[in-house]
Amino acid sequence: MTAETHTGAIPVLSILIFAPLAAAAIAVALRSDRALRWWALLFTLANAAFSLPLYSRFDVSTAAFQFVERHPWIPALKIEYSLGVDGISLLLVLLTTLVMPICVLASWRYIKTRVKEFMVCLLIMESAMIGVFCALDAILFFVFWESMLIPMSVMIGVWGGPRKIYAAIKFFVYTMSGSIFLLVALIALRLQTGSFDIPGMMGRGYPVGFQCWIFLAMAISFAIKVPMVPFHTWLPAAHVEAPTAGSVLLASILLKMGGYGFLRFCLPMAPNATAIFMPWVAGISVAAIVYGGFAALAQSDLKKLVAYSSVGHMGFVTLGIFTLTRSGIEGAMLQMINHGVTTGALFVAVGMLYERLHTRELGAAAGIGKHMPAFITCFGVFALSSLAFPGTNSFIGEFLVLKGSFEYSRWLTLLAVPGVVASAAYNLRMLQRVAWGGTSNPGHDGLRDIDLREVCALAPLVIFVFWIGLNPEPFMRVLHASVDQLIQQAGQGLVPRP
Amino acid sequence: MPFLTESLILLGALAIFFVTLGKGRTREARVIALVTSAATVLAAAVTLGQEATLFDGAYRVDLFSQILKLAFAIGFVLVLLMKGKLPDIQGEIKPEYYFFLTASVSGLMMLVSSIDVITLVVALELSAFPLYVMVAMRREREGQRTQMESAIKYIMFGIAANGIMLFGLSYLFGLTGTTSLRDLMPRLQPFLGSPVALVGLAMTFCGLYYKLAVFPFHFWTPDVYQGSSNETAGLIASLPKIGAVAVLVRFVSLASPGDPTLSLFMAVLAGASMFYGNLVALMQNDLKRLLGFSGIAHAGYALLGFVAMDRDGYTAAIYYIFAYALMVIACFVAICRVSRDGTNVAMEELAGLHRRSPMLAVTLGVGIFALAGIPPFAGFTAKLALLKAALNQGHLALVVIAVVNTVIAIYYYLAVVRETFFRDPADRPAVVIDFPTRALCVALVGGILALGILPQPIIEAIKSSL
Repeated sequence: MTAETHTGAIPVLSILIFAPLAAAAIAVALRSDRALRWWALLFTLANAAFSLPLYSRFDVSTAAFQFVERHPWIPALKIEYSLGVDGISLLLVLLTTLVMPICVLASWRYIKTRVKEFMVCLLIMESAMIGVFCALDAILFFVFWESMLIPMSVMIGVWGGPRKIYAAIKFFVYTMSGSIFLLVALIALRLQTGSFDIPGMMGRGYPVGFQCWIFLAMAISFAIKVPMVPFHTWLPAAHVEAPTAGSVLLASILLKMGGYGFLRFCLPMAPNATAIFMPWVAGISVAAIVYGGFAALAQSDLKKLVAYSSVGHMGFVTLGIFTLTRSGIEGAMLQMINHGVTTGALFVAVGMLYERLHTRELGAAAGIGKHMPAFITCFGVFALSSLAFPGTNSFIGEFLVLKGSFEYSRWLTLLAVPGVVASAAYNLRMLQRVAWGGTSNPGHDGLRDIDLREVCALAPLVIFVFWIGLNPEPFMRVLHASVDQLIQQAGQGLVPRP
Repeated sequence: MPFLTESLILLGALAIFFVTLGKGRTREARVIALVTSAATVLAAAVTLGQEATLFDGAYRVDLFSQILKLAFAIGFVLVLLMKGKLPDIQGEIKPEYYFFLTASVSGLMMLVSSIDVITLVVALELSAFPLYVMVAMRREREGQRTQMESAIKYIMFGIAANGIMLFGLSYLFGLTGTTSLRDLMPRLQPFLGSPVALVGLAMTFCGLYYKLAVFPFHFWTPDVYQGSSNETAGLIASLPKIGAVAVLVRFVSLASPGDPTLSLFMAVLAGASMFYGNLVALMQNDLKRLLGFSGIAHAGYALLGFVAMDRDGYTAAIYYIFAYALMVIACFVAICRVSRDGTNVAMEELAGLHRRSPMLAVTLGVGIFALAGIPPFAGFTAKLALLKAALNQGHLALVVIAVVNTVIAIYYYLAVVRETFFRDPADRPAVVIDFPTRALCVALVGGILALGILPQPIIEAIKSSL
């Protein structure tokens, strides 16, 4: 284990995690809805700005955890308060802080009732999400992981669509049932290693039988979060019913936690089990890519379409992870960021359409390009990014994943091709209908194009689509060292193939 | 001085007794009860760490007993605040109600100091009998006389369980020739493998399982919760369970090194309690019955600590039951205040509580999520301590059962959350709560969070007292 670099005088990560909680407390005291919105926006922007030095001060040459803070928390149970980031978590932390202001902007007009409670939920979510990616203690991780359930299901259940209660409860029950097995695995690991320290649990060479058990227990939890087929059924329900900001958070951040969990726990802690289950998980991932693609093709509800496309995109992530190749894992990481940017953006865009048309039916949105040229430009960019058009971010990610998967198994990669084709088909179908289809659609005459606030919400995402698509190196360079170490740890389980 | 806590509460009970001799002295009785409870908190805090014995070692004040007394004293304050002005107790006997309440808590306080089986049984009865009466003291109304049925059920089960316990104790006495717990257990060691000793111990535990509502000694629970007034049910659900766990710890910890048969016995009961409680709770619509069945399941969780049969396990069990008491009181505060005119609360009556009284909704939500074991609330950390202790002793199967049960339980806890937060209030009236209730809500939410996030001092204190 390489030496960790400790944080300086300022506990950056603690501030990033707990400032949103403090901001939520202040929000409780605010009276007017206007003040609440501005406060949430300014705060999330400030938190995003505060997170940037993490990137500039990050040492890309080491795989060790950086900005580490360690304090005793519950010594009686050997639980520590320890935080730190490495290349894998850094990008996800930055993604979280970037997405938050966009969520606030996206709910500016969408949320009309109980604005205070909504903003408080949003800020608590930010705190918990950053906490998950920074925690270096398994129980601290679990506390953040679980405490996200409450604000998220409240967001769905209170501000959601017609079937909000069903969706909120389904989301809660699914996630909770998975994560409780994660807890047992974490306790089992703790009893093996003597502490809940996450880095300390890695690469210990546990007995293979034990590894298999903890791998399965943890994988169920992460597979539900990703979600992998067949645990995906909560996702369309939750995505469709959630308010825009909720869908964005779910797609951009919460799903990433599944992938992050695989990378942080399963691979380095149970390398032999990873080797055993690798073909299965990779196979399921390919199934998810194909299934997600074709399911999305069949949807006429825009939000459902994007939700099923998520299943397919996240299939690429798990496929990349379980190739255990450098390009596969780096591609998966990049694909997680891409999915966060692109799918988040698509949800924001669909939300904007919904605010204008009060429906998400593809047919009702047809031909909107004539009335909303600025909107359709952004929408087109995201749709093309979603189908991994060269020059956009997803192209790099999917290319790397497929490259890794090709190294792992040609046949499996070949099987994923129909999914890729379906992804092109549903995105182009959606884009074609929304931009040019049915020009005589009544009720489109009075539509206003997106205003400055909405441009502000979409513009950063457009920038990232092209930035990652044309010059991914700034994002990749922080990954290399961590991914190399991860492959070395997980590779211990690989029996040399002839 | 070491006996200050119990002296004060007995004095308080006596004072209330004299007050009850007059007519219409409800206010005075309430004030005395409140003053007594506050004084016992102080006294328990002051006497923390002192040691003394009384009656030839039959009654002992030590760190363990004082921690629990402090818990009882705090619980006493909380329960009194929760009860408010006793809306569902017959008007003319309200002062008596306060007397029985104080007497019952005093019994619990003496229970944890008893280290002789004779004093133990006396204290157990002192804590139990007032409860039987309090159940029956619910106001009668048109078409509702279930309180009598419940009281009879409660007393019959209670006495039967006590009888079994006494019978078991007679075996233990027969084997060892002593009633002092400290001599009894070591002398029992050579016989521990024998059926007589095991049957004796198992029967002795029955009396405590009954208090804790462990399957199959749970039958009274849902009916008594349903039939007694909301305030009384809140008391029955919280403090006596702490007492039962404490006495179980006294017994089982002296029986160490753990006997595998005893451990298996508890494991079976724990598993059965969890499954039974959680599965039946899924079907409930009366909120009190729901909490009753969930209480059976939680008794099963608490037993996990005894299955482990080591210090970590006992510590976790006591910590868990402290947390449980807070959580269940938080739920009962909401029940007491939402209830109109003291009637039972059905699930749909919670609809839109987040608009009718945000404070109560948050308190109930925190209580429910804590019961469900969601971090960062106390229910999670306590469950973590229990699971860890049980897994440490290799009880993987039981831990998996507990975990599966947590998942089952989520569903009915979420049903409460669904009514409280996700439904519209329609035309249900707002719930106005007074200042003491607000203070109580803040204290409970704060307590549940503090026990969940910063449990170190409490765990450390319990552990060092064992």
